[in-house]
Amino acid sequence: MFAIFTALADWLVYGVLSLAPQSRLGEALHFFVEDTSKIFVLLLLMIYVIALLRASLNVEKVRDYLAGKNRLTGYLLGSAFGAVTPFCSCSSIPAFLGFTSAGIPIGITMAFLITSPLINEVAVLLLVGLLGWQFTLIYVVVGMLVGVVSGAFLDAIHAERWLQSFAAKALQRGQQQQVSCCGTPQTLPQLSWQARHDFAAAETKEIVGRVWKWVFIGVGLGAALHGFVPEGWVADHLGQGQWWSVPLAVLIGVPLYSNVTGIVPVMESLLQNGLPVGTTLAFCMATVAASFPEFVLLKQVMQWRLLASVFGILLLAFTLIGWLFNLIGPML
Amino acid sequence: MKNIIVLGSGCTKCVKTAELIAEVVKEHGVAATVSKETNPEVIMGYGVMSTPAVVIDEQVVHSGSMPQKAQIEAWLAK
Repeated sequence: MFAIFTALADWLVYGVLSLAPQSRLGEALHFFVEDTSKIFVLLLLMIYVIALLRASLNVEKVRDYLAGKNRLTGYLLGSAFGAVTPFCSCSSIPAFLGFTSAGIPIGITMAFLITSPLINEVAVLLLVGLLGWQFTLIYVVVGMLVGVVSGAFLDAIHAERWLQSFAAKALQRGQQQQVSCCGTPQTLPQLSWQARHDFAAAETKEIVGRVWKWVFIGVGLGAALHGFVPEGWVADHLGQGQWWSVPLAVLIGVPLYSNVTGIVPVMESLLQNGLPVGTTLAFCMATVAASFPEFVLLKQVMQWRLLASVFGILLLAFTLIGWLFNLIGPML
Repeated sequence: MKNIIVLGSGCTKCVKTAELIAEVVKEHGVAATVSKETNPEVIMGYGVMSTPAVVIDEQVVHSGSMPQKAQIEAWLAK
């Protein structure tokens, strides 16, 4: 199904530009053309289709659904909704407060917020397209697990103590009201296909408009790695999954902030260069999930202690994931 | 005199929303004030969960995206 993009890149790079397949520039350019063309076709098609299906889902409904769920189901659902709900990180503060004031425990809210940048339909699409469904499955399961476990841990240490005081009060009020809560359950309006199409078209325009530059940056980086890092260098120096390489990858990944769309092509290139799967996962998840700008925003609703705990938990989680997959990776 | 508030935590879309509304207000010569609200506590008070959101005379009329120009004109005409 994807062979057509390889053919396109062959034709353009080796044919029209007559670059040699073995040359560095030829190899890098081939990677770039193949991946950008594939990604944009996939993006346009799939974002539209997925948006058609989820046209009636939004954060408000997720909140109503999560309110009053028991803990374990709550973490799982919070994380699952984080993966499928369209959500812009600039909305994380109001969403956080909306959940909190509905009395939803902070662990469930954080399961939602942590999973949200890690997994979304665009990421899944790119992973399947570039790295195959097995790897995608691993990525999705691990991403959700990070959300669930971090959420459960935050509740276990009573992280709500470290909310900013107005947020803590809102949480208390919400929990007291919950017994009699929620009034009339929202009836979901049936959306017509026309309304769904309008939503999907707007959504496609919105998302592609937001992520296209990440695609170019990501594929550009991937291509540079592909063509210009000497063959075998990565495999020779980091290929054994040396234990220190994982925390190092996480530490390098954190200050680099990228949208998940941009990181997938980099992942592809790193894996092809022989970086072990655990190290790659750790690096990429750290880049996507733990971003300084977002953490600074969260300061408005959390005290430093809570912020630092969340950050610490994420770093630890990514490091453990890296080690685990470096261990079992060769068996996959 | 309408009192229009754009709620948002300072993302570009929120800034653009406020600019667009101010532009439409000026274009139609409507008597209205346009301001921005970034305080999360106040935003929570309106029960809004996705920004940018638009509040006109204390009523939330829109949330979660940048409104279309036609939508803004409809709000102002009311």
